[in-house]
Amino acid sequence: MIAAFDHVGLRYGTGAEVLHDLDFKLARGGFYYLTGPSGAGKTSLLKLLYLAQKPTRGRITLFDEDILALPRHALPALRRRIGIVYQDFRLVDELSAYDNVALPLRIMGHDEEEIAGPVAEMLDWVGLADRATARPPTLSGGEQQRVAIARAVIGKPELLVADEPTGNVDAEMAGRLLSLFSGLNRLGTTVFVATHDLSLVKQTPGATLLRLDRGTFNDPTGALRHPPRREAS
Amino acid sequence: MSARAPRETSLLPGLRGKGAGATGYLLAIMLFVMTVTGAAGLALANGSRLVAAASAGDYVVQLPGGADEADALARFVAAQPGVTEATAVPRAEVDALLARWLGPAAREADLPLPALVEVRVEGRATALEAALADRYPGAGLAAQAETLAPLLGALRAVALAGLGLVLAIALAAAAAVVLATRAALAANRATIATLHGMGATDGQVARQFDRRIARDALSGGTLGSLLAILLLFAVSRSGGASLSFLVGGARLIDAGDLALLFLLPPLAASIAYVVARATILRDLHRQP
Ligand SMILES: Nc1ncnc2c1ncn2[C@@H]1O[C@H](COP(=O)(O)OP(=O)(O)O)[C@@H](O)[C@H]1O
Ligand SMILES: [Mg+2]
Repeated sequence: MIAAFDHVGLRYGTGAEVLHDLDFKLARGGFYYLTGPSGAGKTSLLKLLYLAQKPTRGRITLFDEDILALPRHALPALRRRIGIVYQDFRLVDELSAYDNVALPLRIMGHDEEEIAGPVAEMLDWVGLADRATARPPTLSGGEQQRVAIARAVIGKPELLVADEPTGNVDAEMAGRLLSLFSGLNRLGTTVFVATHDLSLVKQTPGATLLRLDRGTFNDPTGALRHPPRREAS
Repeated sequence: MSARAPRETSLLPGLRGKGAGATGYLLAIMLFVMTVTGAAGLALANGSRLVAAASAGDYVVQLPGGADEADALARFVAAQPGVTEATAVPRAEVDALLARWLGPAAREADLPLPALVEVRVEGRATALEAALADRYPGAGLAAQAETLAPLLGALRAVALAGLGLVLAIALAAAAAVVLATRAALAANRATIATLHGMGATDGQVARQFDRRIARDALSGGTLGSLLAILLLFAVSRSGGASLSFLVGGARLIDAGDLALLFLLPPLAASIAYVVARATILRDLHRQP
């Protein structure tokens, strides 16, 4: 078990609740797709999962920690175990593609010698080896998205959370990025992807499909409450 | 074999110039003013100390109506233990002094002129005082330092005001650093959120800004201080006697004082570092 939501609700400020009674568990090593119409609350759910937002009610357990009970200074250590692909990328404009991808490793305190190889390899994998020194504003939307994905996976996170990660790339690149996720998943990373693109789902046999509608789950099969055992070896 | 000690790598090497740049300019101006004010304050303090030291052993013996005995008085005073010098003030000078106070009429009034003897004493003047009281009961002994006391007091007050001014500018500089730091944080808000999202600690985020701000403060402050010192030198060289007291001439600013002035920029940079870091950590603590 990597994450468990227990009657979780979320509202922003004094607005209406955008997520209610979310009750599910994510198995370690699982591959999950989250779909649902725009405004259903996908991004909000992801924010809870990657610790950018605290729930207004209910309980979230992540990496066996009750995140509401955690002191602020304990959060960075948990966040380092999570890779995030933001819907709007959130690359650092002042940094080159290389430095953006290197960020998570530098935050973890790795030496530059340990960083250079993996970062170059990752940039190569997403087809941006020749754009390593380019700054994000000079990259196309699709290129930025690939940098964002490279940055999210470079640290081999235990949990990868991606918000519409293939929204700006063509089908071929989407397939390539997906194989990156699958590869990580095979190495034990739990993958959680919010997407509109159902063709991705078809390319990932064994993935669990979740459907969010107006802030709550359709879970006709009950797979969420009783996840199939898929513990990584 | 590389040690795995978490080495200090800058996470944001490209951040330069984004919001954090104001510190350098602000500190250059502040340190310029601070150095000029500090130099003036030091010169005044040193000046008053020099005058006080120079007049420390100086006394005037005054014998009312004893103008005719002036030379005898001087000889008597010179013979006393501890007295290194005793000079009778010439009659004409006493005359002129009196005329200056009372007008030309004083000369015609045929006033009894006092005897004045300028005395320099090694150590304390108690023996001289006792001897005078014995031999010339009407004579008075006055220390120059006492006469100069109000002037020296005023000089010290101005010097102290200079110190107060330096502290006030330091406070203003600290406030400027707080504002510049907040501006830098605001300009980089999104980046900071992203770093937090990747698991950067507040300390790591703060380090991206505090060093830079301290470095800007140091380079800006050093520039301002150097310009101020150059200006003081230029003024003391070319500005004529009226201003030469500031640097040149009578060692009103000595090497120690100059060192003190040169300490201002690194001091300002250290304060900027502490202030910036505290500002950043306080701000970050309010982020999710
Ligand atoms: N920061 C926010 N403040 C207030 N309301 C928000 C915020 N983020 C999202 N919402 C609202 O929450 C609802 C769900 O949004 P979101 O989670 O972005 O949905 P999705 O990602 O599925 O499109 C929407 O009604 C949206 O307007
Ligand atoms: Mg969304």
